[in-house]
Amino acid sequence: MRIAAEIDIAVPPELVWSFVTDPGRYLHFMSGVTRWEVVSEQDRGMGARYRALMRVGSAEVGGLVETVEYEEPRDIAWTSVTGIDQRGRWRLRASEGGRTRVELRLSYGVAGSGVVGWIAEHVAAPMVRENLRRSLAELKRQAEHEQARARATARRAAARA
Amino acid sequence: MSTQTASAGSRNGHHSSDFEGVPRGAPRAGGSEWRPPSKLAQRLVRALAGQIRGRVSVADLDERDPDYIRESLPKLWLLASLWFRGEVRGLGNIPDEGPVLLVGNHSGGNMTPDTAVFTLAFSTYFGVERRFYQLAHNLVLSMPGLSFLRKYGTVAASPENAERALSSGAALLVYPGGDIEVHRPSWERHRVEFAERRGFVRLALEHDVPIVGVVAVGGQETALFLSRGESLSRLLMLDRLFRLKALPISLAAPWGLNVGDMLGHIPLPAKITIEVLPAIHLREQFGPEPDVDEVYEHVTRTMQETLDALAAERRLPIIG
Repeated sequence: MRIAAEIDIAVPPELVWSFVTDPGRYLHFMSGVTRWEVVSEQDRGMGARYRALMRVGSAEVGGLVETVEYEEPRDIAWTSVTGIDQRGRWRLRASEGGRTRVELRLSYGVAGSGVVGWIAEHVAAPMVRENLRRSLAELKRQAEHEQARARATARRAAARA
Repeated sequence: MSTQTASAGSRNGHHSSDFEGVPRGAPRAGGSEWRPPSKLAQRLVRALAGQIRGRVSVADLDERDPDYIRESLPKLWLLASLWFRGEVRGLGNIPDEGPVLLVGNHSGGNMTPDTAVFTLAFSTYFGVERRFYQLAHNLVLSMPGLSFLRKYGTVAASPENAERALSSGAALLVYPGGDIEVHRPSWERHRVEFAERRGFVRLALEHDVPIVGVVAVGGQETALFLSRGESLSRLLMLDRLFRLKALPISLAAPWGLNVGDMLGHIPLPAKITIEVLPAIHLREQFGPEPDVDEVYEHVTRTMQETLDALAAERRLPIIG
């Protein structure tokens, strides 16, 4: 099952990038995510590994994932090592006026689970989609808030000078 | 299939004494004197016992199949999420690695929904790669159509199997209350009933593993359980032949009046809520030589308090 959600954020890609590459922020903006724990020596970049879980229905599903693409500040992709089969991607694209188009993609399933697996994927889809949608909305709120604070700090510093 | 060290005459690793801590010949609850049934009935019951014992193969931890569990997770997820609206809290209280003894209360007759919901939650949270075994009554494992439970790591309840599981570094789920608890009447649904079985405490002490309480509510609302039928069980010698201390009587789908629950039933879609309690490291909390009775009282009391709190959250039976 492949699910995607996108949003337009009024901050440059570099600021969004600082959010989506920081594992410490995931529990704060990712809806439904109950665990995003670094389990590799490096906490970000190619090869970084995380134990990631998202509450869907009556279970926290996910597993060990590894970053397999890391192109700053445009793309991060991860794939599952253990747990359910999954592949995810953050896709950041600059748009006019210092804005960023952010897309979050997630494909998931359990190989070998047959028709029941197909049904479960489709039953879970609205829950996962809602989690992605809420995550992007929260990311937008936090990123725009951080930029507003940074600008206010800069204005105060300029006023004092 | 690995070779077993079980004593002769007990192919599945059972001792002649009861693992749950009630020795054979001990005075029985209820107080009535046991009377032998007729010889014909005895022969029939013994023949049936032989058949059932024959169906319980030698316990083998290798029968657990992570690939099978992984492929069946969607099925379990559908059942737990849609039918039982399962909710499992506090899985983070289970130590991330190493052997641990999970001690649960359980409900719902022979079709215990608590186990299905918890197995799904444990397997998705820690991954199917983490070894996880559950002890179950012989009869459950011998029921037609339930042999697949072995692939989930369900093995016959016996001291040998418990020791083997913990020695392998696995998480082990035990239900000390056994058939006494699981068949309790519906009006006692919010009671942790371990029947003074302290074997789990001794097991944890022997292997120096933490105990984690797993408290579930809702399972006893999946049918209307009327009686454990302990007298009936004694009359038919089921306690002696099958370690069955109960022959439950319930109103359950699709049978209506359901005696014995041997063929299982269709559980009503009651909401199942499970709370995992903080790990109890026995020697850290109770000193180098913990008192078994004190630990037992502590575990059952904290579980009962949690069950009371979970019960208080429920507004209506079944709906939750």
